[in-house]
Amino acid sequence: MSPRAVLSAAWLPVLFLALAALPFVPDKQVGLYAQQLTPIFILALLALGLNVVVGYTGLLHLGIAAFFGIGAYTVGILTVQTFPFQLAFPVAVLVGVLASAALGVATTAPTLRLRGDYLALVTMGFGLIIVFVIRNLDAITEGTRGLNPVTPKLLPGVDDPDLRPIRPANLGWGRYWYDYPYFYLLCLGLLALTNVLLRNLERSRLGRAWVALREDELAASCMGLNPARLKLTAIALGAAIAGLAGGLYAVAQQTTGGPEAYDFNRSMITLCCVILGGLGNRPGVLLGVFLLVGYDMVLTPVLDTYVQKREFQELFPAWMQGKQYLKVSGWRLFIFGAALIVMMRFRPSGLLPAARTKHELG
Amino acid sequence: MTPLFAADPAAAFGQFVLIGLVSGLLYALIALGYTMVYGIVELINFAHGDLFMLGCFLSLEVCLLVGARTQSEAGTPAGLAAVALMLVAAPLFCAALNVAVDRAVYKPLRTAPKLAPLVSAIGVSFVFMGVGLFWKGATDVTFPDLLGPRVTDPAAAPPEPANLLDGTGLRFTFKDLMVVLVTLPTMAALTLFVRYTTLGKAMRATAQNPTAAQLMGINVDRVIAATFALGGALAGVGSVVYSLYFNTVNYQMGFQNGVYAFTAAVLGGIGNIPGAVLGGIMIGLVKTLGGAYIGSEWSEALIFAILVVVLIFRPNGLLGARTREKV
Repeated sequence: MSPRAVLSAAWLPVLFLALAALPFVPDKQVGLYAQQLTPIFILALLALGLNVVVGYTGLLHLGIAAFFGIGAYTVGILTVQTFPFQLAFPVAVLVGVLASAALGVATTAPTLRLRGDYLALVTMGFGLIIVFVIRNLDAITEGTRGLNPVTPKLLPGVDDPDLRPIRPANLGWGRYWYDYPYFYLLCLGLLALTNVLLRNLERSRLGRAWVALREDELAASCMGLNPARLKLTAIALGAAIAGLAGGLYAVAQQTTGGPEAYDFNRSMITLCCVILGGLGNRPGVLLGVFLLVGYDMVLTPVLDTYVQKREFQELFPAWMQGKQYLKVSGWRLFIFGAALIVMMRFRPSGLLPAARTKHELG
Repeated sequence: MTPLFAADPAAAFGQFVLIGLVSGLLYALIALGYTMVYGIVELINFAHGDLFMLGCFLSLEVCLLVGARTQSEAGTPAGLAAVALMLVAAPLFCAALNVAVDRAVYKPLRTAPKLAPLVSAIGVSFVFMGVGLFWKGATDVTFPDLLGPRVTDPAAAPPEPANLLDGTGLRFTFKDLMVVLVTLPTMAALTLFVRYTTLGKAMRATAQNPTAAQLMGINVDRVIAATFALGGALAGVGSVVYSLYFNTVNYQMGFQNGVYAFTAAVLGGIGNIPGAVLGGIMIGLVKTLGGAYIGSEWSEALIFAILVVVLIFRPNGLLGARTREKV
């Protein structure tokens, strides 16, 4: 085993164990960090879902956020007070996963003839349509306000407000203990479980068939593989994982949020994570999510607060102060874009490339 | 003045078709830039829409520089001079920018697998949006209305501009005419250029087979640079006409209009010039008629639904040739 292989294979379980121990550290500050990590776990799930489609199978999907949205809105509709369903958390999430997978198959089945760029376009189109539907179906989705509060009961038949997957934020230390770690550990556990599942899948017949399809569809079909079936299974699994992430996201936010949370930008940034880390390589994808989402959600606000401090602002002439380019968040798009360009130029297969050779990204 | 349309559904329909055709020409113009670049280097240039947005911002700067700040200049010599100046400056700027991006970003990836340039193009699009955000900020910016108001709603009271189709029951103003006067000759010139000039022939040869073209003595790199210049110039012309027509610009406009143009190019068969024009006009009509009869909030969803349906039944677009897979 090469040193890099050891590194990429060994650090994951260690990391997961360390993260699982985090909420038990009796320090309020650490608890707050843990809370900030939950959305990163959720977005990591989303990226792993996209990785099944783009990374393993080589189908350039530009609308993964649609499945994320389907998961979130299914859980929202099935659990909010304004609808009569009010299902329990596991049931709602499961329905969201199934709905998302079904939508994946339904939208991909007619497009199996398409390849490359055209498939990318159609998936982008589907993603955009879903966002318009969410925005315009006011009666069901509450339009731009989103469904809220999404605070499902924990188990079927149990309706104790104290036993919710997540309760309204309560950051006092005493209460914090019972509130947040539960959901934090749940998300972390689901992420770890998905990882193990995907690791086994990579080595299975199905996983190797996906890679064969990615490398050369024609050769793969000549060897007796059925490209249509393989593509559908990949999209179903990818969409299911994205739907799971969406359901968790809605619960974590306690609202589905507006349709903007599920638009093209989300798809693009998830794709950036997958490509930055290493297309087709699980540990790479997780690293990509950690770097990009961590930069976006954790580092940027911290740096922004720092930059907004008076003594820092006073280093600049008066006409520059308070301008967009003196805010780290103003550079967000710029940095995302530049990162993509530089990556493609110098390390097109990502920071941690997959072990197998690649056709899509040399 | 012609009477209002509210009582006359047929005239209203005709009016919507007219508006759809005019805005369709605009989308077609932007789509041509997409299609040119795709035809030669097979790159879906995601940054094209954002290049167009930067063109709009530059046009606005030109406007302000000349001193045409308000619509009081509409139709005056100063206003028309500003328009003429913009029509020179914006295409030059966009062409130069597009060529520079090609050299710096896409050229090193010419032999890389196809996903690499596509992802780079998405990156360039983000960078352009970042530039736009710094340039004009995050909110809508008003563009001076140098051509007088346009016809939007046939049911609304007729505004001041002179109707060029008086007596027909339809309204068609100088502003609409301007769109036609700029876009149609541009499209015609492009078609003639690609068909008859040496460079145009070299472009078609490169599109068919870059290696063979190179063996025949064509400088493929120069042809590609020329294509990016031409595509950029089209985005520039489009940006001037668009800004003058809609009078509002912002840093996010590139994505939406880019997606329309892109959809137009794909509907017609990407890489196909008449196809892009057909696709653009279709999108203009669907958007206007869908907005009028179904609801403007659904018109965009309708556009993408049509895209999906067309691609499912004709995977190479309406006018696209069937391509055989190379083994």
